[in-house]
Amino acid sequence: MEAFGLLIHGFAVLLTWKTVVLMLVGLVLGIFVGVLPGLGGPNGVAILLPLTFTMDPTSAIVMLSCIYWGALFGGAITSILFNIPGEAWSVATTFDGYPMAQQGRAAEALTAAFTSSFIGSLVAVLLITFLAPMISSFALKFGPPEFFAVYLLTFCSFVGLGREAKHKTVISMSLGLLLAGVGMDTVSGNLRMTFGSAELLRGINFLVAVIGLFGISEILLTMEERLALRGHAASISLRVVLSVWKDLPKYWVTLLRSSFIGCWLGITPGGAIAASFMGYNLAKRFAKNPEGFGKGRIEGVFAPETAAHASGTSALLPMLALGIPGSGTAAILLGGLMVWGLNPGPLLFVEHKDFVWGLIASMYLGNVVGLALVLTTVPIFASILRVPFAAVAPMIVVSCAIGAYAIQNAMFDIWLMLGFGIVGYVFKKIGIPLAPFTLALVLGNRAEDAFRLSMIGSGGTLKVFWSNGLVGSITTLAIVLLFWPVIDGLLARVGWTHRTRATSREA
Amino acid sequence: MSQTDLEIVVDDPTAPEEDSPSVVSSGTIEIVVCLMLLALAVTLAYDNWRTGAAWDATGPEPGYFPFYLCVILGGGSLYGLIAALLAHRAPRETFVTRAQARRVMAVFVPTLLFCLLTQFLGLYVASFLLISGFMRFVGKIALWKSLLTAFVFTAIMFVTFDIAFDVIMPKGPLEAALGR
Repeated sequence: MEAFGLLIHGFAVLLTWKTVVLMLVGLVLGIFVGVLPGLGGPNGVAILLPLTFTMDPTSAIVMLSCIYWGALFGGAITSILFNIPGEAWSVATTFDGYPMAQQGRAAEALTAAFTSSFIGSLVAVLLITFLAPMISSFALKFGPPEFFAVYLLTFCSFVGLGREAKHKTVISMSLGLLLAGVGMDTVSGNLRMTFGSAELLRGINFLVAVIGLFGISEILLTMEERLALRGHAASISLRVVLSVWKDLPKYWVTLLRSSFIGCWLGITPGGAIAASFMGYNLAKRFAKNPEGFGKGRIEGVFAPETAAHASGTSALLPMLALGIPGSGTAAILLGGLMVWGLNPGPLLFVEHKDFVWGLIASMYLGNVVGLALVLTTVPIFASILRVPFAAVAPMIVVSCAIGAYAIQNAMFDIWLMLGFGIVGYVFKKIGIPLAPFTLALVLGNRAEDAFRLSMIGSGGTLKVFWSNGLVGSITTLAIVLLFWPVIDGLLARVGWTHRTRATSREA
Repeated sequence: MSQTDLEIVVDDPTAPEEDSPSVVSSGTIEIVVCLMLLALAVTLAYDNWRTGAAWDATGPEPGYFPFYLCVILGGGSLYGLIAALLAHRAPRETFVTRAQARRVMAVFVPTLLFCLLTQFLGLYVASFLLISGFMRFVGKIALWKSLLTAFVFTAIMFVTFDIAFDVIMPKGPLEAALGR
């Protein structure tokens, strides 16, 4: 029960007026970011990161993670009221959420969405509270080879398990790793890939790239589409909330199943998007009368929302315990840790107890406060969408530029951001995934260092990655995952597995 | 049970037409992107080779890790190039229609100008000009509303970043004249 005592300590760190105010500010900003078109979780966090540069790390992470929770809550508002998924992981919520709104049950649908988000995150936070310290203390025994093997596992599982064309994932990932290497080489001090440019000496900052890739490109993509909206306005009354909550125990199987799926896919790089679809499809399959789905069944809101939030939250587990982010937003929070001078990884639990437990405590508190906040203020946030996009778009551009400049006080970074904006736009349109790029860019240097240190330690033989049972099994697993589509195909041909992919197909 | 009285309706007068002709197909863009990535891979590989991509007494040289990444990137883009060339005869998917391209340019060009202006006039002046100009000319919003929104937003940004959080933005002649 050591974790419990530390968690109480975390709450003590947190419960000051300043942190609570920051938490509220973060949540409000986050819901804004989730509701507005052209802004999403990852770039919202990236743009607002500069605000936290002068704060102490604990206040900073509390505010940023609250922005993240807020964005997760906000995505549901537009999916249900406007049939516009604010985020890709809210797509499944529109299937039943929007029909409910059309039938005049918007308040019910919103309450269901927020409540199940809360439950999903709560399960994931409980998992983090008890599992993360165990994993990190186990990982303290890791040397460079083990770490490199874990990085390899992350990269390989992206290629092997991702739904995009394999070569596009490979392109995106290797490009990210390469750009991470630009500038001063951390081991030898040599300059690499700078071509004599003084600006490139600093290297390509991860956050600048993210702001361009997600912020600027999203504006370009949003403009391309028709921006007309028709939606339902709804306010939630206490009576509706209570009646939905009263029925909640009836759906415990759906909630539990979705939480479990979400946690699993959040820790592995499957992600919230896959989790929400899987949660939805499984709920449909196990339902007694599946015909009702898609026409406004409340389970159709419970299932994807619980899974998406459980996944979004548990993506922070590997980030905290191992220094490996499980999602794009987690990768940005990881970038934030580095800016505040913290070294992500298992040592975090030993050296910065206050910080880690403050963060975990803020997940509990942020979710409770967030739930209360969204339930009471939905009408205000829904009406934000009345603001014309022609006013919102330039403001987002300015915010992106401020964010990009503030990171290193460099004008060059604003140009870099613009460049990444174009790259992001083109990549998204031809189906090159951006998540592996982001992950590779933030992990690139650490992966390379781990590789080189293991090579130096072993005298240059690759056998070091099979030198003991632990590192050997991680490396082997990585390679199996890399070639998973091939292996899966072979097994299917032999008749060992029958492919049951229906879960992720429909939709 | 609940109340869904008023609807929120936002119209989009400048929406792109549905039947606008295609400017370029996705296949063509894929070929161009793969060629550019291939060129990038070759350039970076050359640079890393020059830095040293072999092994020395202490382990891999600085260029070793990135050099092999260039090989992977090159391989991936070569594969993509061939795949795109082979699929080129198949029915073509539109990358962007003319109406869409016009709209994208309507954001991209002002953003580009904004970056240029930031370099010379400082961020706050540029941001005022971008927001007011964009609202007025792209959004066709009343002039006073545009100017007021731009001023208020820029002022909030200035107070938040330069004063409250001590995050200093690029300044130009106007701020210098005002003594900041």
